[in-house]
Amino acid sequence: MAVQDPTRQFTNPMVEVSDLHFAFPQRSIYQGLNVLIPRGKITVILGPSGCGKSTLLSFVGGRLRPQKGRVVFDGDEVPTRRGDALFTMRRKMGMLFQSSALLTDLSVFENVAFPLREQTDLPEELIRILVLMKLELVGLRGARDLMPAELSGGMGRRVALARAIVLDPEMIMYDEPFVGLDPISMGVIVKLIRELNDALGLTSIVVTHDVHEACGIADYIYLLGDGVVSGHGTTEQMLNSEQPGVRQFMQGLPDGPVRYHYPADDYLEDLGRAI
Amino acid sequence: MLWVRHLGQLGLRFVSRLGMSLVFLIHALYGAVRCLPRFSLVVQQLFSIGVLTMLIILVSGLFVGMVLGLQGYNQLVNFSAESSLGLVVALFLVRELGPVLSALLFAGRAGSALTAEIGLMKATEQLSAMEMMAVDPMKRVIGPRFVAGLIAVPLLAAMMSAVGVLGGYIIGHGQFGVDPGVYWTSMQNGVDFVDDILNGVIKSVVFGFVVTWVALFEGYDAIPTSEGVSRATTRTVVTSSLAVLGGDFILTALMFGGL
Repeated sequence: MAVQDPTRQFTNPMVEVSDLHFAFPQRSIYQGLNVLIPRGKITVILGPSGCGKSTLLSFVGGRLRPQKGRVVFDGDEVPTRRGDALFTMRRKMGMLFQSSALLTDLSVFENVAFPLREQTDLPEELIRILVLMKLELVGLRGARDLMPAELSGGMGRRVALARAIVLDPEMIMYDEPFVGLDPISMGVIVKLIRELNDALGLTSIVVTHDVHEACGIADYIYLLGDGVVSGHGTTEQMLNSEQPGVRQFMQGLPDGPVRYHYPADDYLEDLGRAI
Repeated sequence: MLWVRHLGQLGLRFVSRLGMSLVFLIHALYGAVRCLPRFSLVVQQLFSIGVLTMLIILVSGLFVGMVLGLQGYNQLVNFSAESSLGLVVALFLVRELGPVLSALLFAGRAGSALTAEIGLMKATEQLSAMEMMAVDPMKRVIGPRFVAGLIAVPLLAAMMSAVGVLGGYIIGHGQFGVDPGVYWTSMQNGVDFVDDILNGVIKSVVFGFVVTWVALFEGYDAIPTSEGVSRATTRTVVTSSLAVLGGDFILTALMFGGL
């Protein structure tokens, strides 16, 4: 499938990133990135390590500002928002970090209750009910008194997920949710992402480099590479793509448009130099 | 000429870090003001950085006082001035050793812990997660710790001075038989509230401010890796110790030196 202008594909998207340019002092990240996140769907952002997949979530969350281009969340320009306006916007989004990012000095229960205590004045009984409901949803109601250090990686991520949805956001962003999980935990997370998306009517963005899991849950896939979208489409379209870059990534071929060799001088000449 | 360039780089880096720490300070102070309505957060931090530092402060204070008693008596007795032992011990502690030593111990015991805690919170994305949960870390994490540091250090300094005076008494009276009445009276007559005690309190407030600022900034600014956090912790102890000792000289010169 040829790369078309993605702006024509979805009407009224949840997130709209257009012509995004950004560079860290040492490294350019985006050169004109265009991504649309449709409402109520699971959109997977694929790409090799270090291509700026996770950074994209920082732009959507307003933690970084683009040097050029627009980032729109639910009709609001993200980069223009600061301070309290930014915080108001963030209440509509939840985020699951790769490291789970649980507050280590609080128990599982208190971690999930944290956003409620900080953002609302709900009475204690109501907080308890809400927290237990969310913990039940991720299957960890019985683990409420454990401390984060006592949890396995998969359980930690489920607690973080319960915390991310406790304020009933409209969108949830998953940063590498499958990294470092055993097959069972992985299956649980995949099931949860799908179920939460459908049951709560969420919009989900999943950033990952795990093609297999991505194909299992994605409604739509974007593949990033070299600072732009190098391919996008439904799972089927992506798997059957003839585009060399997409084919290399989706099938995990060692050589292709992404070179096997790190750029270097001519091999023989390099060897000859030592003599 | 390479060293000139290195020197310039070092200078630039120093100035830029100073600027960053000032910006951080403004945010931290604003966060500290906003966290005051939820004083329970401050109380929690007072416990972990104040109460838990008390033991080391009390024990050190006792030893420092006893050393002052020993050294002071042995010198004073040469001039038959051992009746001034109470005054000497008290002035040393209230003016200098109480504020300075308690700030140094605070930097080692609580400052390093603050840096490591915040650095690790950053490394494990806890601070980012808070931001994404629409919770301002400056208000929730930095603010309460700042206020707690400001409250804890002067109190710790006062405790150190008090215990030190007792230590001096134990040695002076118990070991050398200085008359208790003389020990306490010389103190009552010689220690001035404004000149000595208030100046000491001002010192320890300044030190508490500086040490907490350095510790929080280093943690917040740490490179989020194990190595980065370990370096930041070291820098906290080194920088805040130097700042306390250097600052003590300046403050002493201003308060007592007649400069």
